Amino acid sequence: MPTPAKYWREIPQRYRLEAGKCQACGQIYFPPRQICALCGSREFTPTRLAEKGKLLTYTIIRVPPHQFADLAPYAVGIAELEDGVRLTAQIVDCSFEELRVGMPVKIEFRKIYEEGQAGIICYGYKFVPE
Amino acid sequence: MREVAIIGVGLNKKWGELWDKSLRQIFVEAALAALDDAGVDKIDSMYIGSMSSGLFVGQEHIGSLLADYLGKVPLSATRVESACASGGAAVRLGFMEVASGMSDVVLVGGVEKMTDVTGSEATYALGTAADQEYEGYHGLTFPGLYALIARAHMEKYGTTREQLALVAVKNHRHGARNPVAQYPFEITVEGVLNSVLVADPLRVLDCSPITDGAAAAILCPVEMARSLGKPIVKIIGSGQATDSIALVQRKDMTWLEATYQAAKQAYQMANKGPEDIDVLEVHDCFTIAEICVLEALGIVDRGEGGRATEAGLTTLGGKIPVNPSGGLKSKGHPVGATGVAQIVEIVKQLRGEAGERQVKEARVGLTQNMGGTGGSSVVHILERED
Repeated sequence: MPTPAKYWREIPQRYRLEAGKCQACGQIYFPPRQICALCGSREFTPTRLAEKGKLLTYTIIRVPPHQFADLAPYAVGIAELEDGVRLTAQIVDCSFEELRVGMPVKIEFRKIYEEGQAGIICYGYKFVPE
Repeated sequence: MREVAIIGVGLNKKWGELWDKSLRQIFVEAALAALDDAGVDKIDSMYIGSMSSGLFVGQEHIGSLLADYLGKVPLSATRVESACASGGAAVRLGFMEVASGMSDVVLVGGVEKMTDVTGSEATYALGTAADQEYEGYHGLTFPGLYALIARAHMEKYGTTREQLALVAVKNHRHGARNPVAQYPFEITVEGVLNSVLVADPLRVLDCSPITDGAAAAILCPVEMARSLGKPIVKIIGSGQATDSIALVQRKDMTWLEATYQAAKQAYQMANKGPEDIDVLEVHDCFTIAEICVLEALGIVDRGEGGRATEAGLTTLGGKIPVNPSGGLKSKGHPVGATGVAQIVEIVKQLRGEAGERQVKEARVGLTQNMGGTGGSSVVHILERED
């Protein structure tokens, strides 16, 4: 079981979608970084991700890792948000048949999984159809 | 830089679910086979590729463990990790050590003992090669990540579900001629299309298996190899590159930039191009992977991997045979051993010792070994000296 600190320190990203915008070239990083891979700048401004986007690709996980055993099958996809940032998340509140590339999605705050005995409940973002 | 030859290669006798054999046993079996093949006893140094001996068997520090069980302490020995490209990375370090003049005879090996844990624990262990906080956290698995690539490739280039299946069918046809292979039998397109879904659109017969296996090769300077009077296979090109391990961070999910960059380095060092390659062993961890790798290596044009496979370009007897060993799909994929086993196969092909799966008149071969969804890639080019 990981320590809660491993979870807590990701909360700004998982709960509040905090990204970092490079002050020199404007590139947005999620999660935030310390040095821009494009221009080398080390100065960033915190910014919040756009909450809407379009699905670029998706899959349905039928053989899950153990933490997700109770949830399978479930859909996971990558969407490009309106600010150009790409995000990976589960896609919920829609049937598998409705999934298609280009589908408009928005981000909602949901439970991701439970660590189990004496562990914590892990939250974060998921995609839902827009 | 000194020229480097590969003078001995070996695998443990049979790959698969080896419940009666431990990690150290399968590694020593492969290492002894390589030493016997080379006809040498003394080695100066050793590099072992292993992705996750910690998660698979609860054992780290295996460089020293394996040096001990090979009867070679106080040999310098290091375990190398670069996910599924660990073996290729070990080969490259051995190559650099001999080329630099620091050592004369180096054993490069790889080993993974994967069946001591349950399937779900193995899925978890393999998943650690992805970005744990931003991919694994959302329930993505390795088949899932390659499924995302497959869907994007089908969408962008019109690659078909049948073309994906044909990669597996071809590699099983090759592997049926390889006695070491875990699954040495043929399969059909219908068989693949009716197999169990793992992560849509990928089915279980699109996926390489969980395998126990080990591989080893002995490297030395070409000058020394000549004095041994054995057929000489040289490493004439080596390249290695990285990309973001999170698929989401890449501009084009269908393009393996690290493989393209590693190949570019290797082609340049070897003074060869894709048109000079007679046979390849590439990282077909999933059917879609082989298609994307062929494109990144420049063997086919971008987007054409599926159609080239369907046209028979990559089959034994085709223009450029790919994965004559059966590849990861049929031979098996003990992750840390794979990159070294690719070298073993190409050396056998270039020496003309590949039996029923021999590629005719093979003189130049290429290996490509990849970690994660392409976050690391290692390419080597080998040539037979006449």
